[in-house]
Amino acid sequence: MIVAQGVTKNYGSACVVDGVSLTLPAGGITSIIGPNGAGKSTFLSMVSRLMSMDMGTVKVDGLDVTKTPSDVLARRLSILRQDNHMTARLTVRDLVSFGRYPYSKGRLTIEDKQHIDDAIGYLNLVELADRFLDELSGGQRQRAFVAMVLCQDTDYVLLDEPLNNLDMKHAMGMMKLLRRAANELGKTVVLVLHDINFASWYSDYIVAMKNGKVANQGPAAEMIQPKVLSEIYDMEIKVHEIGGQRISLYYE
Amino acid sequence: MRLLAGAIIVTILLAIASLFVGVSDVSLGALLSSSAEDRAMQVLLISRIPRTLAIVLSGAAMAVAGLVMQMVVRNRFVEPSTAGTTESASLGFLVATIFFPAWPLMGKMLIAAAFALAGTALFLRILRAVPLRDTLLVPLVGIMLGGIIGAVTTFFAYRFELLASLLAWNMGDFSGILRGRYELLWIGLGCTILAYVAADRFTVAGMGKDFTTNLGLNYQRVMVLGLVIVSLVSAVVLVSVGSIPFLGLIIPNLVSLMVGDNMRRTVPWVAVMGAGFVLACDILGRILRAPYEIPISVVVGVIGSAIFLYLLLRTRRNAA
Repeated sequence: MIVAQGVTKNYGSACVVDGVSLTLPAGGITSIIGPNGAGKSTFLSMVSRLMSMDMGTVKVDGLDVTKTPSDVLARRLSILRQDNHMTARLTVRDLVSFGRYPYSKGRLTIEDKQHIDDAIGYLNLVELADRFLDELSGGQRQRAFVAMVLCQDTDYVLLDEPLNNLDMKHAMGMMKLLRRAANELGKTVVLVLHDINFASWYSDYIVAMKNGKVANQGPAAEMIQPKVLSEIYDMEIKVHEIGGQRISLYYE
Repeated sequence: MRLLAGAIIVTILLAIASLFVGVSDVSLGALLSSSAEDRAMQVLLISRIPRTLAIVLSGAAMAVAGLVMQMVVRNRFVEPSTAGTTESASLGFLVATIFFPAWPLMGKMLIAAAFALAGTALFLRILRAVPLRDTLLVPLVGIMLGGIIGAVTTFFAYRFELLASLLAWNMGDFSGILRGRYELLWIGLGCTILAYVAADRFTVAGMGKDFTTNLGLNYQRVMVLGLVIVSLVSAVVLVSVGSIPFLGLIIPNLVSLMVGDNMRRTVPWVAVMGAGFVLACDILGRILRAPYEIPISVVVGVIGSAIFLYLLLRTRRNAA
């Protein structure tokens, strides 16, 4: 369980995240949605100690993220931000292997190697394993980054816009895989998503942010409602039920 | 692995050749037929062996320092001489020479290292204030900073009538290396080994601050460790040999093209190729206009700038 209390971040006079208190349940997939500039990414960065907060606390399974030693936390929680610009020339296998760093500190055991092979297989990267990252397409690279984070084998996996750079097929594949990771491996997956239909289809729980505050939250079915969504995004959004799934239409 | 073994053998052969090249005749026959007091043996022990060791140690250490710097700054084109580090070390050495002339070389070297560290920190501080999109602008900022620090150094050297000494240590040259004049370079070897031990940390830091934090490492600490290594190596090489430009730039870049950037794998490559490259350049400098010598900084500068240009143009082509 991730418990945030009064989390606040200011940039100069602008308050980007404004006293967010939130409890994210353990297990399943939670999606954070909301318009641009709502503070979703900033909030996720503070939860994962990549960014300092001006006020508030975040506890992951009771561990305060600002006080717990970073390497201890690295075995509980992993984070992948969007737009990862990598200047180092590493192979896919090298990159994924570094997911084991919190455990092995560089000396890979047989168990580590098993995790690495599993993660590479899980993301369909076997054929690309010995290629350098700068030789891959944006989507392949994104999959390699996610493989590294899965290889870290943490209970909590935080991903900021993991569908960036992915075409429809790979976006669907990625969400299916995260669903599997949540169901089979018991991971808690927290995502920032822009596509509310992906959020509707694959999430258990949805948090909506707006202007640095939590605008609404609840189980996916309760959140994907015309009235709720229209309030979050300030536009008319229709919701249709197709084959038991709630799909939003907002194209005109 | 087999390739690396090949590179090591080539470097050892170059080192052996380096023992036998020079004005004074030191041939295997002369050595075997002589006793320890003879001239050939004396030249070997006092001049040739120290010189060859100095080349190997400084070549390996400077190349690895360049590699470490490129990883922690996350830019392919920085090295001690394109980040203000060498110039700062030079200023520090001048300050030590003016104010503490009686100090042993070790003490002066440490002052030079402290200045190098401060200068590099200033470089990083400037980079943070001016976020640059173009990777090529980063070394340009470093070269400009180095130019300013170099100008200050020259001014004070002129005032204190130390211009000749300044010129000597700004121009790398192995011809002055004798027994007793190179031993500080073993510190460079220590730094190289330290870089290998901490290789994984530097690779993680090379992936960026967010990745480093995610993997539970303290980014700031890795950065400081890297810069201490770079500053120490720069200072040690500067006070013993003089500056050797481009070396820390071309060798790591060539190795990166061959085997990538996983430092656990690249440190041995960079160290061996750095040593081999400087050996080859130094032998060339001794042969070209014998019995005179061309200083190592000139030979490395000419060959290095050609390779550097090639690497630059290659990057441009890949980006387009």
